[in-house]
Amino acid sequence: MSNISAIATHEMRRLFKSPLAWTILGVVEFLLAMFFLLLLSEFMNPAPWNTGRGVTEIVVTGLFQISGIIVLLVTPFITMRIFSEERRNGTMSLLLSSPVSLTEMVVGKYLGLLGFCLVLLGLIALMPLSLFLGTPVDFLLLLSGLFGLILLIASFTAIGMFISTLTGQPSAAAIMTFGVLFVLWMINLAANTGNETTREVLSYLSLLNHYNNLIIGAVNSVDVIYYLIVILTFITLSIWRLDAERLHQ
Amino acid sequence: MEKEILISVERIYRYYGDYCAVNNVSFNLSRGEVLGFLGPNGAGKSTTMQIICGVLTASAGRVNVAGHDIINDAKAAKAHLGFLPEQPPLYHDLTVDEYLTYTARLRGLQYRPAKSAVEYSKQRCGLTAVGHRLLRNLSKGYQQRTGIAQAIIHSPDVIVLDEPTIGLDPIQIREIRKLIRELGKDHGVILSTHILPEVQSVCDRVLIIDQGELVLDKEIENLGEARTTIKAAFRQPPDMAELTGIDGIDNVERLTDNCFLIDLAEDGKPLDRLVNQAVDANWGLYQLQPATDTLEETFTLLVSGRQSKKGGTS
Repeated sequence: MSNISAIATHEMRRLFKSPLAWTILGVVEFLLAMFFLLLLSEFMNPAPWNTGRGVTEIVVTGLFQISGIIVLLVTPFITMRIFSEERRNGTMSLLLSSPVSLTEMVVGKYLGLLGFCLVLLGLIALMPLSLFLGTPVDFLLLLSGLFGLILLIASFTAIGMFISTLTGQPSAAAIMTFGVLFVLWMINLAANTGNETTREVLSYLSLLNHYNNLIIGAVNSVDVIYYLIVILTFITLSIWRLDAERLHQ
Repeated sequence: MEKEILISVERIYRYYGDYCAVNNVSFNLSRGEVLGFLGPNGAGKSTTMQIICGVLTASAGRVNVAGHDIINDAKAAKAHLGFLPEQPPLYHDLTVDEYLTYTARLRGLQYRPAKSAVEYSKQRCGLTAVGHRLLRNLSKGYQQRTGIAQAIIHSPDVIVLDEPTIGLDPIQIREIRKLIRELGKDHGVILSTHILPEVQSVCDRVLIIDQGELVLDKEIENLGEARTTIKAAFRQPPDMAELTGIDGIDNVERLTDNCFLIDLAEDGKPLDRLVNQAVDANWGLYQLQPATDTLEETFTLLVSGRQSKKGGTS
């Protein structure tokens, strides 16, 4: 347990030492603040078809929708160096020769990344929370959306971390992660073609469908379990991958 | 009393695809012993060290560290290990203090013991003055020392150093060798190097590895068994015949007017007789030194001999 926390705090600390982390936090906050203002003005002067919807539904749900896409764009940059840089710097042998199991190593690093993502989410959450100053907000809807965003970014991070174990080049890991996430995101477009079964399977696989349920306030165990399975799968794959590498390098 | 065996390597093999990098290597390391690992480039030294430390897995064979198998009981085994790879495993965006604290925590030290371990290890490696500086900004020598500091931070039973003195200046090299000798008193140390005098001055035992095979495993003291060559210089040089006449002297070669290269036979005490003769006949002996160090001889003999053999058969 102390190994995991040592690795996790180390990863967090190193992330915050790099200008990349601060840039990500700044840019994401800036972009979302812009969307937040746009959504807010839409709520103040609603289009005819939008009347009758509450502030939470328009501003908060809208903000989470955009957040999902922006998080998809930045996660590859957060996860890219987590293993590939270790390999490049030769620090992998420090970890491998320390009395730390591969599971502890992978979980520790994952939690470190997740810690950073939670800071990012905290900053995002401040915007809808600021609505409380002026108007009543559907708190449960907000909570459900936030929960969805946490699950979404946690699965993105797990996928990105696994891809980072595959290569020694952080930028290659980033672009591969981006590709994979994008496919998983868009897969439900493909679900519009094909027969009933393919449609069902593809839309189930899509990261987007499950997220959309959560941000409109429908917390189904199916969606939560879907994300948990994705996270566990990619953590396990990372461990396997590192184990295999010691044998077939 | 039998010395405690810290590492036992049993018949390990390692293949990279079809290429066999380590071929049936076995040896032991006891507490209080410094083991020198010698071999030409690409001989399999680093691979062997990585296998011992659990960074790579052997294709076949077993490694035991302090009684724990490095694969099946990895955590217990690795708790006894400190490893400095060829490239020091540094995080360049951390300061020396932060880095060493992290490595101490990785090795399972709690917060308070980790702190004192960092101080102690910094002091031993001469890093006290640079504790707050970023690793990126340190010179190669300091980075190398930081690498050594992380390997000894948890005072492990076994310290494995892959070319520890590379990139250091002569004074630092001397300090590090002194440190290694000190460590060798109550730990077991394995170090690999290209520098032959380093092995001679630091190690108790030498392993020579070539093309993945162990070709020599011998105590340094016993290396001189083979016949040796000495260089002698006289103020009043004798004739060649007088020198070759001494019992036990096989061959004499005149280098300059005063200086001779003399081959001594293995047994008897030809050197004593030579010195006595020189005093009796008033040759004015003023210089007497081994001409080649025996390790270099052995090394060249073993490695180049094997290579020409391989060349001849292929």
